[in-house]
Amino acid sequence: MHFNFLVAVLVSESGGGGLMDVNPGLMIWTVVTFIVLLLLLKKVAWKPIITALDKRENDIKQALEQAEKAKDEAKKILDENQANLAKAGEESKKIIEQSRTYAESLKEQMIKESKAQAKKIVDDAALEIQRKKDAAFEELKVQVAEIAVSAAEKIIKESLDPQKTKRVVDKYLSEVKKN
Amino acid sequence: MAVSSKIDTLAVPVDTLQKSGAPDSDWIMHHIVDGREIELPFLGYVHIPQFPLVFGIDITPTKHVVFMLIAAILVFITFLSIARNYKKSVIPRRLANFFEIFIIFVRDEIAEPTLGKNYHKFLPYLLTLFFFILFGNFLGLIPFSATFTSNIAVTSTLALLSFLMIQLGGIRHNGFFGYFKGLVPHGIPVWLLPLMIPVEVLGLFTKPIALAIRLFANMIAGHIVILALIGLIFFMGTIFIAPISVAFAVFIYLLEILVALLQAYIFTMLTSLFIGMAVHQEH
Repeated sequence: MHFNFLVAVLVSESGGGGLMDVNPGLMIWTVVTFIVLLLLLKKVAWKPIITALDKRENDIKQALEQAEKAKDEAKKILDENQANLAKAGEESKKIIEQSRTYAESLKEQMIKESKAQAKKIVDDAALEIQRKKDAAFEELKVQVAEIAVSAAEKIIKESLDPQKTKRVVDKYLSEVKKN
Repeated sequence: MAVSSKIDTLAVPVDTLQKSGAPDSDWIMHHIVDGREIELPFLGYVHIPQFPLVFGIDITPTKHVVFMLIAAILVFITFLSIARNYKKSVIPRRLANFFEIFIIFVRDEIAEPTLGKNYHKFLPYLLTLFFFILFGNFLGLIPFSATFTSNIAVTSTLALLSFLMIQLGGIRHNGFFGYFKGLVPHGIPVWLLPLMIPVEVLGLFTKPIALAIRLFANMIAGHIVILALIGLIFFMGTIFIAPISVAFAVFIYLLEILVALLQAYIFTMLTSLFIGMAVHQEH
């Protein structure tokens, strides 16, 4: 009874046929519909869609790679900059140190030089003074002699013969010089 | 085995109905099998006129042909508009955004793992197959429509096309003789060949047959169960059975949504897998 019913359902019957009936017309429709759909879609839909998807994926991949590269590069530049900065700091410190020592030595030298110069000036001045003193003394001596002579002359003119007197005075003066 | 058990499960509710006094199974089969009439909601029936015979074959469009064409047109329009979107910009919008998930799924989860590097050659076929079945399955869930993917003629034709695709793929990659030689595994003793060759040749044909029957049975089963559940109300003759019937029918309907998606995936997945096996025979 079960079987009879199954047969009835599967292979029967009025109208459109049974469950397992294979309608050749429908098969032809299916083949035609599917193949037309496949060819149309392949041309107008699948190709552009798949191309666009692939392109987008490539673009994203490339963008990511580029970003990664840019990041690496930026990091490198940053490192470089930092290294340069450190080097520059070091260098400036060195330069300051150097200039400081140079200035120190220059100062020392200048002081030494100026001291020497001052000493020289003082020495020269002393020498000059000595020389002037000597000259003045010499001149003074001559003048004193003349004054003395003239004074003596005046005095002796009153009493003595000038030649005799002069001799006496010269003798006296030479004694003075000896002293 | 699987087939007959499936038909048995279908037959049980139908059988019950018949025993309870129904004249025949026409009322249930009318909604499931193909026919010459299309039911329009609240307008009645439209009878499809008879076409002339072509080479002795009746090519009059049936209900399933009409819905198949509707599905094909829907698929075409949908993906044409999506292609337009992608031509304008690579940023997917609305419809394209939704279907992109499926396209990428077919490409990355079905085609690429089973076909390997040159999956691009078969991708248009697999995508068309997937969406054609998917749209057909979902179209069948709309009231007053018909599920053309629950027709054995349609599923066997699709399976036949898949079969051709599998053989073509294998022959194109391995050469005509190489392909058929590669069907029999290497290192088989010569005396086993008389056994192995028929087994392998049989294996070629069981694959598409399984494809056809799987889709057909899965798509028809839910509909029959829903109809049987609703029919229960009338055969029991009481309104009190209605809540149970409706609750179960809704549950089956939800299950059918899952099945509609799943069967489109399985049909495509297995086709892709079989193509992959035909192309890479060493595995």
